[in-house]
Amino acid sequence: MVSLFDHKVAELHQLLHKKEITVTDLVSESYKRISEVEDQVKAFLTLDEERAREAAKKMDEKIGTDEAKGLLFGMPIGVKDNIVTKGLRTTSASKILENFDPIYDATVASKLHNAETITIGKLNMDEFAMGSSNENSGFQVTRNPWNIERVPGGSSGGSAASVAAGEVLFSLGSDTGGSIRQPASYCGVVGLKPTYGRVSRFGLIAFASSLDQIGPITRTVEDNAYLLQAISGLDPMDSTSANVDVPSYAESLTGDVKGLRIAVPKEYLAKGVDEEVRQSVLDALKVLEKLGATWEEVSLPHSKYALATYYLLSSSEASANLARFDGVRYGYRTADPESLIDLYKKTRAEGFGDEVKRRIMLGTFALSSGYYDAYYKKAQKVRTLIKQDFEKVFEKYDVIIGPTAPTPAFKIGENTSDPLTMYANDILTIPVNLAGVPGISVPCGFADGLPLGLQIIGKHFDESTVYRVAHAFEQATEFHKQKPGL
Amino acid sequence: MSRISIDQVKHVAHLARLAMTEEEAKAYTEQLDKMISFAELLNELDTEHVEPTSHVLDMKNVLREDKAKEGLPQEEVLKNAPEHQDGYIKVPSIIE
Repeated sequence: MVSLFDHKVAELHQLLHKKEITVTDLVSESYKRISEVEDQVKAFLTLDEERAREAAKKMDEKIGTDEAKGLLFGMPIGVKDNIVTKGLRTTSASKILENFDPIYDATVASKLHNAETITIGKLNMDEFAMGSSNENSGFQVTRNPWNIERVPGGSSGGSAASVAAGEVLFSLGSDTGGSIRQPASYCGVVGLKPTYGRVSRFGLIAFASSLDQIGPITRTVEDNAYLLQAISGLDPMDSTSANVDVPSYAESLTGDVKGLRIAVPKEYLAKGVDEEVRQSVLDALKVLEKLGATWEEVSLPHSKYALATYYLLSSSEASANLARFDGVRYGYRTADPESLIDLYKKTRAEGFGDEVKRRIMLGTFALSSGYYDAYYKKAQKVRTLIKQDFEKVFEKYDVIIGPTAPTPAFKIGENTSDPLTMYANDILTIPVNLAGVPGISVPCGFADGLPLGLQIIGKHFDESTVYRVAHAFEQATEFHKQKPGL
Repeated sequence: MSRISIDQVKHVAHLARLAMTEEEAKAYTEQLDKMISFAELLNELDTEHVEPTSHVLDMKNVLREDKAKEGLPQEEVLKNAPEHQDGYIKVPSIIE
């Protein structure tokens, strides 16, 4: 199946420039593919076809002029549905926001407008980004394009599946505990969680504010670097966005990893990680060795505490963040409440799904009087230890490498009975969010026809090195060239 | 020994403003008990002299100039409100 989206951004940009294709062609490619496969993939919650086609028509008149010089000009993108988009329904995959029509754009959405990408639609996710499979969506379960009996991963499942299925050229996701990297791994695409503070969170419907980051999901590392370039930077609307220079990420894609020092945490290849996953990482390390890098085994001794720490902190933050959904100013409201407090309680009970309620309950408990020190504060202290694990390793090494997820994509329904087994999927990605460092997942193999992902973790604000390593590995291997037979 | 009682669960549900049936409260008691006992793994660690991390980046107060900017138009703000009247968002009466 040949697709325009087999080309990289830079190639499509050239084709547009030479007038061999039009923006309308690119947008049509998206909607044509969506009409062919969306009933199987179920990646989108809302499509914006009329406006997209109209925008494409106007942009076609600019081709060949200076106004079409931007690299992302005319490129079709999908946006995760927890990123607010003015005038385009945004639900966070929750019934409580089923008819929410945002009155402003998230900063990343404004930046996409400035870069003149075209938004194709809004992508499915686990409700409020709480989940690892998209089975917690309030509306539909997205399927893995490589095998539609399998989950696409989550919470940015729609973002990863739509790119893998060729429905869009690239997409935006968000990552709180692995929600970009794990679905990228499951769907065989490239997904980056930037350093905390690199990308503005203004207009990202908050789950856990000290962990959430928006990031790009693409077919190639190069495209990923271009998309991150477009959305990065300080934003006066987000006081946690960092005042740190944004380098040219494309310049880091040299293919050169000679002398690179790689740390491989023994905890990331321990029991619980599938043998095929382990082997794919060891093979990847051989590839990087051949290119001139060296690797050594290290320890991140507090890894086993990351999951508990994460669930306490993220649920606590979520319980506070989700207090705003009360049926008063926007969103769903229960019918015939007896009082204001009854309105709050029934609206929330009816509007939120099970997993969201479970986490609000855990978070409210952990923050409640008498338990705050024992649970919330304790977790914040352990977070310090986890962060220090990373700092210590980064004194001697340039990157940390391991698997993205312990297994390939699991079957739909396989992990729904016990929340704790579902949570275990994120065991290799969560520490990265707790430390606030950047991490990428790149395709590194297959097990039973399902993609596997290699996770490359870097120092704070050193996305450049992460990209350099990911790109060198990608160029030396063929995994990223394979496509699902959908 | 259960780590959390059904009465505690009902109290937490009230704090979280979640309506809950008796049956749901029972189910949450079991689930929360499991999650809390899992979280108690952290008690293995001595953290007496460890500073808590609430924010990963070394950031101090971020301030901006105190300058008024144009707000959102009322019509836009009310657009998503479930019920409104005369420019106000409407809720059930809170004073008898």
